[in-house]
Amino acid sequence: MKEPKIKSMKYEDFKDNEYLEQLRANGTDIIVGNLDDLINWGRSNSVWPLTFATSCCGIEFMAVGAARYDFARFGFEVTRASPRQADVIIVAGTIVHKMAPVLKRLYDQMADPKYVIAMGGCAISGGPFKKSYHVVKGVNQILPVDVYIPGCPPRPESLLYGMLQLQRKIKMEKFLGGRNRQEDPNSNEE
Amino acid sequence: MTRAMKEKILSIVPDATIEEKAFLTVSVPPISFHNLAVRLKNDKDLQFDYLVCMTGMDWGETLGVIYHLRSTTLKHEIVLRQETADRENPELPSVSDVWATANFNEREVFGFFGIRFINHPDMRRLFLRNDWVGYPFRKDYNTDPEINPVRLESEVNEDIVPTVELTESGELEEKVHTIFEDDEYVVNIGPQHPATHGVLRFRVSLEGEIVKKVDVNCGYIHRGIEKMCESLTYPQTLALTDRLDYLSAHMNRHALCMCIEEAMGIEVPERVKYIRTIMDELTRISSHILFYSTFCMDLGGLTAFLYGFRDREKILDMLEETCGGRLIQNYNCIGGVMADIHPNLVKRIKDFIKYLPPMLKEYHGLFTGNIIAQQRMKHIGILSREDAISYGVTGPSGRGSGWACDVRKIHPYGVYDKVDFNEVLYTEGDTFSRYMVRMDEIVESLHILEQLVDNIPAGDYAVKTKPIIKLPEGQYFKSVEAARGEFGVFIESHGDKYPYRLKFRSPGLPLVSVVDLLASHNKIADLIAIGGSLDYVVPDIDR
Ligand code: SF4
Repeated sequence: MKEPKIKSMKYEDFKDNEYLEQLRANGTDIIVGNLDDLINWGRSNSVWPLTFATSCCGIEFMAVGAARYDFARFGFEVTRASPRQADVIIVAGTIVHKMAPVLKRLYDQMADPKYVIAMGGCAISGGPFKKSYHVVKGVNQILPVDVYIPGCPPRPESLLYGMLQLQRKIKMEKFLGGRNRQEDPNSNEE
Repeated sequence: MTRAMKEKILSIVPDATIEEKAFLTVSVPPISFHNLAVRLKNDKDLQFDYLVCMTGMDWGETLGVIYHLRSTTLKHEIVLRQETADRENPELPSVSDVWATANFNEREVFGFFGIRFINHPDMRRLFLRNDWVGYPFRKDYNTDPEINPVRLESEVNEDIVPTVELTESGELEEKVHTIFEDDEYVVNIGPQHPATHGVLRFRVSLEGEIVKKVDVNCGYIHRGIEKMCESLTYPQTLALTDRLDYLSAHMNRHALCMCIEEAMGIEVPERVKYIRTIMDELTRISSHILFYSTFCMDLGGLTAFLYGFRDREKILDMLEETCGGRLIQNYNCIGGVMADIHPNLVKRIKDFIKYLPPMLKEYHGLFTGNIIAQQRMKHIGILSREDAISYGVTGPSGRGSGWACDVRKIHPYGVYDKVDFNEVLYTEGDTFSRYMVRMDEIVESLHILEQLVDNIPAGDYAVKTKPIIKLPEGQYFKSVEAARGEFGVFIESHGDKYPYRLKFRSPGLPLVSVVDLLASHNKIADLIAIGGSLDYVVPDIDR
């Protein structure tokens, strides 16, 4: 299988990720495949996140953007305030019932191809607020999630790791040769 | 004093019942409540001008509200309570015309308990959607997720809101109140907007560039923490306090620990008090630096953001080494702290005390003196001292209006009575003074650290407590000075291992309630500066 190369981290240093292999399970065309690689090289090195944070995890997201951790090293620095210009939405923080429609709308407003990172326990499953009457038990009920980053809040390093995983995923995707993103859990086209 | 106060109250309301607990507690029949409230505020021997905390209650048979009042001049405190036995249509008199902070608090109580307040101008739910079924804080609330599923369509915003008014003949009448007229130009800001510091939403009515009115919508991060606490044991409830105002994580937890310790009658060792105070001050500095970073970013200074975060990381390193967490430390526990301080801490703090002052100079050079920044801050968004008290705007924002409201001075806790520090006060009440209070407080906090760091006494870092804690029956209230103002904890215990009701007095809610007052008649760009200078943290508002 082709191994996605990330400049800042060796392939072996990542944990196993079978999902990546599935992305190109049936192989690709030489021409389209090479073209894909070229496009994906560009795409994966300029992933623009949406400035979106609801609570505590958002502060760590800001810390990653700032001087010490600096995600500009990996091409994430252009945080956009408008969903129309963003490639990835990092759901940093708790999503509650009142916020759910807003989040869905933000996601719908983003242009394809778009990605979702669920950052922190709250975004993954409701986290410490799982028993609350007003908290959505995981954003995957509303959006298709690409990368989950556990922690409460995750350390900046783990956020970076998650972002690099997203880059690997983008590198392996078929851009011209078919659609391979996860399906929206709410669409009922089965 | 207490006797005179009792007699006075009985002369106003003869059928009030008065109990002497930690605070003088007065149960007032609803019919005379408003009258008493007015007298309490205006009487020259009483002068209860500050409504600290307002707590909705469900006592099973009855629904009611508890009010904590304090006099800013005479320094005494009192607790009022009123209740109604009608659970179908509970109605109590509003005091939002007496203390402005009651406005938002009553809407909160309405949303959670269904108590409608008579003569309140705006009876919408504050945090929940208007189509929410049931009142979640009632003890008989049905938690079935089928009843309130996650809805993916937004609710409709109404410009006309219901109210209940008492007519002159003594009848209750349903009326409506118009927030925005049909021909007003209303712009929506948030909940997803980088300048609202989280998921807060404003509906702003504009006339050209001038703001006419701001309607604040909260609840986009209402996590129901208070309700969750009712089914958690006391040590478990601690974890959630850190996540309220995560920039004052340590202080919040300090307040809850102190409240529980006081109820249990535990005296914590001297060493613990020192450690807690040091950690509180470190947290305060990191929070104020973050304020500087984000506030400057809101006004267009991106470099300041990077500077601030660079220095804040130094504090996070110290916290991480001792507590294990960067942002959320989970360090205080009932009876002490989780672990002893790291051997490096003292040295690191000393280095930091030397490191920061030159950096502060740099901050001021970069931003404070800038002519554009000054023009955007000075004489903008003026909050008078009276309004600050009436709205309950505490913390640096209140002190920017000249109100000496520092809990560290009023009710010293930890070792604040042993250290020497100034309460920073500015009297202009504008955006610039709110900014300067925070910048000067960083210096004061460094000064406090300097006095403490060499004198940490030896001893235990915690007293042993049982894992299951039962608090004696009663009501307890304790507050601390968090980075944004007075953070209070109110516990009503019925002798179980769970709190019967746990309420957090959030410093953030009063801060957003003044946005309308401050931003009206200013330019829309100033709304951002005003919001930034108030420095609210939204999960703390919504809880
Ligand atoms: S996962 Fe933890 S840190 Fe992140 S938003 Fe939830 S409570 Fe806050």
